[in-house]
Amino acid sequence: MAGPDASAVADAPTLSEADAALVEDLLAGSHRALARVITKIENRTPGYRAIVSALHEHTGGADVVGITGSPGAGKSTLVDKLAAAYRERGDTVGVIAVDPSSPYTGGAVLGDRIRMGSNVGDMDVFFRSMSARGQLGGLSTATADAVKALDAFGKDLVVLETVGAGQNEVDVVRTADTVAVLVQPGSGDDVQTLKAGILEIGDVFVVNKADMDGAQRTVAELEEMVHRREGGTTGRDAGHHGATSTAPTGAGGSSSDHGDGDRAGGSGHSGSDPHAGDSDGSWTPDVLETVANTGEGVAALIETFDAHAAYLRESGRIAATERRRYAEEIRTLVRAAVGSLATAEIERHGGIDRLAERVRDRETDPYAVAEAIVGPIADCVDEAADGDAGD
Amino acid sequence: MSAEQQERAVRCLVAKVGLDGHDRGAHVIARAFRDAGFEVVYSGLHRAPEDIVQAAVQEDVDVLGISILSGAHNTLVPKVIEGLEEYDAFDDTLVLVGGIIPDEDEDDLKELGVAEVFGPGTPMEETIEFIRNNVPERA
Repeated sequence: MAGPDASAVADAPTLSEADAALVEDLLAGSHRALARVITKIENRTPGYRAIVSALHEHTGGADVVGITGSPGAGKSTLVDKLAAAYRERGDTVGVIAVDPSSPYTGGAVLGDRIRMGSNVGDMDVFFRSMSARGQLGGLSTATADAVKALDAFGKDLVVLETVGAGQNEVDVVRTADTVAVLVQPGSGDDVQTLKAGILEIGDVFVVNKADMDGAQRTVAELEEMVHRREGGTTGRDAGHHGATSTAPTGAGGSSSDHGDGDRAGGSGHSGSDPHAGDSDGSWTPDVLETVANTGEGVAALIETFDAHAAYLRESGRIAATERRRYAEEIRTLVRAAVGSLATAEIERHGGIDRLAERVRDRETDPYAVAEAIVGPIADCVDEAADGDAGD
Repeated sequence: MSAEQQERAVRCLVAKVGLDGHDRGAHVIARAFRDAGFEVVYSGLHRAPEDIVQAAVQEDVDVLGISILSGAHNTLVPKVIEGLEEYDAFDDTLVLVGGIIPDEDEDDLKELGVAEVFGPGTPMEETIEFIRNNVPERA
């Protein structure tokens, strides 16, 4: 594994002079530079990869909290109150708020900022709205990179806020260390739907608007669900597959959870004790109540976030979490890069429409087309592999 | 691999400054911008000029549209522009003012660096077209 790793490090993208200056300004604390870097990340401006690459070594200082929940659950209001509370104890805060964009025009109204009433005028809360314009897992890459920019800038805490609908959003929030799932009272069916994907990712469950009717019932339902989850197999711990070392599958998009055995991040996160053990030290999600409008329960929520961060550090889980995250990141990047290779190859074969038409005319079939397109790429990979073996 | 395509969207901040509670116009504008494919951040009501500057800088918007119906544009707009300059953000932000602005003030605002002033009844397409044609190119 050492060979490919080393070459990957050596091939770090090079910064242009202007971008190097931008990175320098960001690290020196320029808000403008930070904002501009995030724009480049969002737009995928040529050279943004080199920027993020240069920022990586400066990251790792921030606790990253993800907040997700259905529309109207009160996420933005809660984030506002959280930011204010963090500021009160002297922490600097970065917020990335993701809003959906129209699939038709690409336009979006990014409304989360309106709720940031407690922090207007406070430049130490850096609030940035992002639209979900990226596709194919690109959104989670963009938000993760934006979090890195905030982290490198020196924010003590980064909050990632997103609507909890769809895999895209789940992927976004999974890039956080601690994930809070926000639920509003009386959403009995909502709690049911949480099962599909979101329940598993919550480290903390928050029943917001807890002064409303039905709050207690929702709390009880969530608690029951959390305990049921504890009873069953959790299936979300990564860090026990160290022994099985599979060959890298490239961009195959394998859903396996390998890659834990070796360092994925490349930035010297020493996982001293990768095996925390589930029996004694596992984390049981808390179910908390808040009233975001008044700030009730926010202090307790922050305590729980801190407790979870401490748990991650003390149990050594943070290493596993980070490895999982970086592994996912690498996979996404590789997949995107290979995907664009494939797109270029499709163009070379006359474009997707023509290929589809040929399939429709029964001239060929989808499998054959895919084979024809991927074939040359696979040949190159084989050749490279042979070359490596020869060294 | 730089083969992945850029995804550039025009980002706008629609801002209400000062003691002016009339935001119907701002809402209509925000929706029209959205439908034109822009990404619109809306400031909410009663913002101080510093708040607008903070939002414009952090959101790194291409366009700042300030809606003022209170008549206080001569005090508020200069403060916003000063703030943008302080953060080195003025040069590549297209500043627009919408609302009820007397003609003689319009010239003063343009002198300050406001790119265009849109009065009542301006067709939405005109504003959108203006933005498309004048969005600052960025490195």
